[in-house]
Amino acid sequence: MKYIDEYRDAAAAKEYAAILARVTTRPWTLMEICGGQTHAIMKYGVDELLPPGVTLLHGPGCPVCVTAVELIDKAIEIASRPDVIFCSFGDMMRVPGTKRDLLSVKASGGDVRMVYSPLDALKLAREFPDKQVVFFAVGFETTAPANAMAVFQADQQKIENFSVLVSHVLVPPAIEAILSSPTNRVQGFLAAGHVCTVMGYTEYEPLARKYHVPMVVTGFEPLDILQGILMCVQQLEEGRAEVENQYSRSVRREGNQPAQKLIREVFRVVPRKWRGIGQIDQSGLGLAERYARFDAEQRFGVADQTVEESSECISGLILQGEKKPFECPAFGTLCTPEHPLGATMVSSEGACAAYYRYRRVAAKEARI
Amino acid sequence: MCLAIPGKIISVEGDDPLTRTGRINFGGIVKEANLAYVPDARPGDYVIVHVGFAISKLDESEAARVFEYLDEMGELGELEDDTAGGAEDNAHEVH
Amino acid sequence: MNIATGSVTEQEFSMTCPVPISQYPNVLLAHGSGGTLMHRLIEQLIIPSFGNPLLEERHDGVVFQLGDVKLAFTTDSYVVRPIFFPGGDIGHLAVNGTVNDLAMCGARPLFLSAGLILEEGLPMDTLRRVLASMQQAAQAANVQIVTGDTKVVDKGKGDGIFVNTAGIGIVEHSQTISPGSVRPGDAILLSGDIGRHGIAIMAVREGLAFESTIESDCAPLAEPALRLLAEGIRVRCMRDLTRGGLASALVEIAEAARLHVEIEEAAIPLREDVQGACEILGFDPLYVANEGRFVVFVDANDAERAQAILRQFPVSENASLIGRVSEGEAGLVTMKSKIGVSRIVDMLSGEQLPRIC
Repeated sequence: MKYIDEYRDAAAAKEYAAILARVTTRPWTLMEICGGQTHAIMKYGVDELLPPGVTLLHGPGCPVCVTAVELIDKAIEIASRPDVIFCSFGDMMRVPGTKRDLLSVKASGGDVRMVYSPLDALKLAREFPDKQVVFFAVGFETTAPANAMAVFQADQQKIENFSVLVSHVLVPPAIEAILSSPTNRVQGFLAAGHVCTVMGYTEYEPLARKYHVPMVVTGFEPLDILQGILMCVQQLEEGRAEVENQYSRSVRREGNQPAQKLIREVFRVVPRKWRGIGQIDQSGLGLAERYARFDAEQRFGVADQTVEESSECISGLILQGEKKPFECPAFGTLCTPEHPLGATMVSSEGACAAYYRYRRVAAKEARI
Repeated sequence: MCLAIPGKIISVEGDDPLTRTGRINFGGIVKEANLAYVPDARPGDYVIVHVGFAISKLDESEAARVFEYLDEMGELGELEDDTAGGAEDNAHEVH
Repeated sequence: MNIATGSVTEQEFSMTCPVPISQYPNVLLAHGSGGTLMHRLIEQLIIPSFGNPLLEERHDGVVFQLGDVKLAFTTDSYVVRPIFFPGGDIGHLAVNGTVNDLAMCGARPLFLSAGLILEEGLPMDTLRRVLASMQQAAQAANVQIVTGDTKVVDKGKGDGIFVNTAGIGIVEHSQTISPGSVRPGDAILLSGDIGRHGIAIMAVREGLAFESTIESDCAPLAEPALRLLAEGIRVRCMRDLTRGGLASALVEIAEAARLHVEIEEAAIPLREDVQGACEILGFDPLYVANEGRFVVFVDANDAERAQAILRQFPVSENASLIGRVSEGEAGLVTMKSKIGVSRIVDMLSGEQLPRIC
C-alpha cells in the first residue's frame, strides 16, 4: 500500500538504527505520547533497534485508557436502558468500569452497537426516531472534528433523539502535567502526529521553551518513529529545545483550520479527570452552550458517583511513564487481557496490553 | 490514538462543503469519507482518513523526506568516517 | 501460570487467578471467537465434562481404528451472520468447514450429515439457496450429504438459520498427523493469502460497510492435503485456519506440540485490498478469519517439494514457506517483523474489534 509499506522497510530501519547509534553519545529518555505509536513500537520492535542509551517511556496517549471510570459507569448505565441504542468505537467496548464493560451490557441484552464513524451513529438516530441514540464521543483532538461534525449536523438537521457522551481529552495539558512533575524523567517528546494534523503544533512551542525540552511531531510507521527519535536525540545532543515536524507529509504548523473552526464552534475547554492520573485543568472538551442539549450526561441525568479503583492497578504510573508494565506486580498474573485490572491492559493501545502481547518473554526475563 | 490511513480519492460527491464526501481507495478497498476538512482535495489526491473523515491532504513531496533524510545522514556519516579515520573517530558509538 | 505460553493448568489457575472462568455467569461472544476464552471454555468445562482418551487428543477431528479400517470423524456448527456474503454463504461454509476438518486429519472425506435449525419466518427462498449451496459444495468436494435433521424454533429464537454438519472420512495412509508428530526443524507452509473471509464478512456488516470485491476464500482443501500424503511428503500436522486466523492455528499447534514456532511476517502472503481493509479497521491480518486456507508442518527436507505440490492446485497456488519449528520455548510462537525484529504472536482473548486508536 502506498504511503504505508515503504515506511516499514527493513533496510531503511537498520540504517536509521545505525545513524542513531552513531550520533548518541549520552543516555537520553524520551516519551512517545500516542498509544498508536506505542503499539507500533512494540509490534515492530522499534525499541530493540535503539542504542542502549536511548530509553523510551510510554505516555498517556490512549484516550481509551484515560477515560474516567465514572464516565464508563455512566455509559454502562445509559446503555442498559431499554429505549437506548448505545453506539461506540470498538476500543471502548472492553474497557472495564467499576463492575462491568459495554460488551457485557450487550451480552445481557442491551442494544450496544459498534460504529466506525460518529456519522454512522447519527444515521441510526435518523433510522430509529423512537429510540434514543447515544454516541460515546471518546478521543484526543484527532477525533474531535468528526465528533463535532456529528453534533453540528444533528443540530442543523434537528435530529433530537441523538446525544453524545463526551470524553475528549487534550494533549498539551497532559504534557505540561508530566513535565511539571517533580519526578519527571522525560527529556524529549515524540508528539502525536494525527493530533497535530488537526491542531498544528504552535501550542507545543511555548512548552518546549518553558521546560527546555525538544518535541518532534512524529508519525506512526516504524520509519517515522525512528526518524522522530533520531531528530529528537540530535536536538538533545546539540542542546536545542525546539518543536520539529517529522510527519510533514500530513502535519502543517497551523494544522487543519476548518477542523479547528468546527471544534471551537461545537466544543469548549473544560477540566477533565484522567483515569489513573487525576484531574487536569483545561484538559478536556465539553459541549458548548449552544449544543448543550445534545449532552447525554445531562439528558439522562446520570448521577455523579465517586469510585474506588483497584488498588493493584498502577496504570496511572504507567501512563505517566514512571513505571513500565513489567514492573507492576499484577502484570501477567492478576492482570491479563482476559481479566484486566485497568484500561492500559484492555485497550489495544495501552502500554500493558502491548507489552503482554508482544513482549512477555522479555518482560519475564527483566523481572528475573 | 488516532488510527488514520492514507487513501486515494477516486471521486467526489456533493456540493455542500460540510457533507461533501469522497470515495477513497485504500489499496483496492473503497470506503467513503467526509471531505469537509479538506476543501481543496480532488480526485487523485491522497488524504489521511480517521473515523470516516479526511483530516489532511497528504503532501506527496514531503512524503519522500523520510528517505531523503537517510541519504543526507548517510552521506554525512561517510564523510565523518573519511575525515576522522581510525582511532580519532569523530563518529560516536555508545555501547 | 506459565507466562510465556499463557496456558494454565487448573491448579495453577485457582492459585494465581482470583477470577476463574466462573467469573462469567453468562456466555459471551468471545467464548466462540476462536481465542483464549473459547480455548478455556473447551479446556475447563467441555472436555472435562466428557473426558475420554479420544477426545483428549484435542484435534479438530478424531481418527480411530474400526477393524481394518481407519476412520476420521468430526463435527462443526455454522452460525455466520450475514447468511450470504461475498464469495459464499452459510451452506458453502457448512460443507467445506467439515470437509476441511476431515482433510486436516489426512482423511478422504466421504459422508456428511446436516442438521438444520430454522427460525420461524425464514423465507423459503433463503432455505432453498442455502441447500443449493450445500449441494454445490458437496459435489465440488466429492462428498455426499446422506443424513440429516430439521427443526424449527420460534421467531426471535434462532437468527434465521443455524447449520450443523458432521463428517466421516477414511484414512488411507499410515502417517500420524497430529501436533505430537511435529519435530524441531520442521518447515511450516501456508497454503495461500490470509484474511479474505473475515474481511468479506466485515464488508457487509452494518456499520462497517465498504465497497469491495473481496470474496470469502471458502473452499474445500481435501485435494491438496491428500495429494501431499499420496506423494509421500512427511506430513507432521495440518490445520485449517478459521476464526482466530493464522495466529490461533499456530499457537494451538505450538502449545500441543510443546515446541517453538518461528515465522516471518514478510513471507506471509497478503492481498493488498485485504491489507487496506485491515489498516482502516486496525485489524492485524494474523487474526482475521479464513475458510479456505491451511498450514502444514512437514519434514524440512520435503518443504520445497511440498510447496510445489500445493501450488498445482488453484486453492493453494500461493502456498508459501512461512517459518520453522525450533527447540526454543515450548508453546511459543514468534514472528520476525517486517523491520527484522522478533515479537511474540499470542492468541487474542476475544474477537478482534475495529479500533480508532
